[in-house]
Amino acid sequence: MLRNSPPGSADIGALQRKATRLRRHMLTMARGQGQGYIGQGLGIADTLAALYFHELRYDPHNLAWADRDRFLLSTGHYSIALWAALAEAGIIPVEELITYGADNSRLEMSTLDTTPGVEIIGGSLGHGLGQGVGQALGLRVDKSDARVFVELSDGEMQEGSTWEAAMSASHFKLDGLVALIDCNGIQADGPVVLYMEPVADKWRAFGWQTSEIDGNDMKAVVGALADARERNGKPKAIVLRTLPGKGVPRIETSEKSHFFRIDVAQWDGIIAEFEKTVGAVQ
Amino acid sequence: MSGAATEAGRTLAMGQDEVVGGSRRSVEAPFGRALARLGQSRPDIVGLTADLGKYTDILPFRDAFPERFFNVGMAEQNLVAVAAGLARTGKVPFATTYGVFATRRAYDFVAIALAHSKLDVKIVAGLPGLTTGYGGTHQAIEDLALMRMIPGLTIIDPCDATEIEAATEAIAAHRGPVYMRLLRGSVPAVFEAGYRFEIGKARQLRNGSDVGIISTGFMTERALDAADALRKQGISAGVLHVPTIKPFDAGAVAEFAAGFSHIVTAENHVVVGGLASLVVETLFDAGIAKKVTRIGLPDRYIECGAVPTLQAKYGLTTEAVIATITGLS
Repeated sequence: MLRNSPPGSADIGALQRKATRLRRHMLTMARGQGQGYIGQGLGIADTLAALYFHELRYDPHNLAWADRDRFLLSTGHYSIALWAALAEAGIIPVEELITYGADNSRLEMSTLDTTPGVEIIGGSLGHGLGQGVGQALGLRVDKSDARVFVELSDGEMQEGSTWEAAMSASHFKLDGLVALIDCNGIQADGPVVLYMEPVADKWRAFGWQTSEIDGNDMKAVVGALADARERNGKPKAIVLRTLPGKGVPRIETSEKSHFFRIDVAQWDGIIAEFEKTVGAVQ
Repeated sequence: MSGAATEAGRTLAMGQDEVVGGSRRSVEAPFGRALARLGQSRPDIVGLTADLGKYTDILPFRDAFPERFFNVGMAEQNLVAVAAGLARTGKVPFATTYGVFATRRAYDFVAIALAHSKLDVKIVAGLPGLTTGYGGTHQAIEDLALMRMIPGLTIIDPCDATEIEAATEAIAAHRGPVYMRLLRGSVPAVFEAGYRFEIGKARQLRNGSDVGIISTGFMTERALDAADALRKQGISAGVLHVPTIKPFDAGAVAEFAAGFSHIVTAENHVVVGGLASLVVETLFDAGIAKKVTRIGLPDRYIECGAVPTLQAKYGLTTEAVIATITGLS
């Protein structure tokens, strides 16, 4: 089955339910090992739901399809969110999710490109956008209309290579390239180690068509992706303001949301809290 | 920059050439011309550079295939990342910059974005070792040692114009990441047309009985000239040319070394971590104990200056090879 819904056709409620399913998968994965990059995963869940179940053109049964849209996860440690999306999309088995981060599991805590559906090795930060530029150039040489979406983070904007790539994308007028910048305000050493604002102005100054939205508002995410479909000779940057741990109040307010390690009983408490919140919403 | 030159010469630096004596001819831009030729039958080949197209001889390819050529500006990390992305769409990128930038500056990208995924990218790196007088910022004196440590990366240090052309064809046909050192501009032709280059194979170019020279890159030109001069003095020197640093032809090296009591290594690189280290490791692994004398750059940064002066000072000349060998006890 080829996915890629017509613009304007999004069923926001259905996508929100998908995002909830992704979050549920992530909590199961994190509980399995007692740890994980759950804060980032819960924060980016809405974007991945919008991509994999509305925006991206791909065939889960033919991952090497030359004209597929590419999704590059530059922050490899967000893999917990990617595994959830790939499982929900039918690319990897849902039952395998429980192996996240375990010895010999192919669902690593930081992505390699050996698992089906993974386009690049992420995690050495600052690698994703340049590789997205290269893929977009290659697709242009082939006269393909496939697009390239690169997720990167606010902390990753501190890597100089991100800006090397940003310069080249606008130089080459890569209008099929979309950067999804997850601004969740956390990095390894804590919140906002290096002040990055004004983020959107930086991308605009580098020649990108830029929008800035609440990354946990499904309608806004779908709308920004729809805008980015318009070709106008510029690469597109969508600045996503997300809340780390979104959907689980105990993680949202935690100071250690960059990497979360607790015991199984506490995970059970968190999952119960999540289900209660979901129940209240739906 | 196009068309073969028959005048004998060697490019030393920007706009600076040296006359090469004897009957040796030279070729202009052997890499760029070979790549442009290959581009005719290989639509998957794309060219990239990071603001050094003019100085890495890739312009003949750009002129022939402008829609398949990308200049990313002074951004070597991005050069490698973009090449990786192109490779993932089925292209075979040839990316040029100077050796110092491809290695020291873009190392993480070569290791993770290219080699980890075994992507089909060829990095062609100018100014290897001591081929510029611009000092430590521009002299890639330790590039072979650095690149050697990257798993799965093929590394080639060609001797002359003939080998550069043959190696360009060979690496285009080879699947996987490659780092190749580039002699640019006017490059002497040491080997006859028809010389066969094969990735991973060493070639014995001279038989001998007194001393065995194992060399790579342009030092093989010096080794051959030294062997010819030594023969007139009654010293019989064998020469084994090892243009592929990785995978290293350990079998040929061990077999060659077994025939001599004394081995001399010669490389355009620091004597730490490059050819000399590889030869010593190989002999040790094979249980062959020989005296090994290392010709190469000392373990230090080299100053600015004229290339011939610096090469003479640091022993990368035919005369220095002769003096080293005649001085052996």
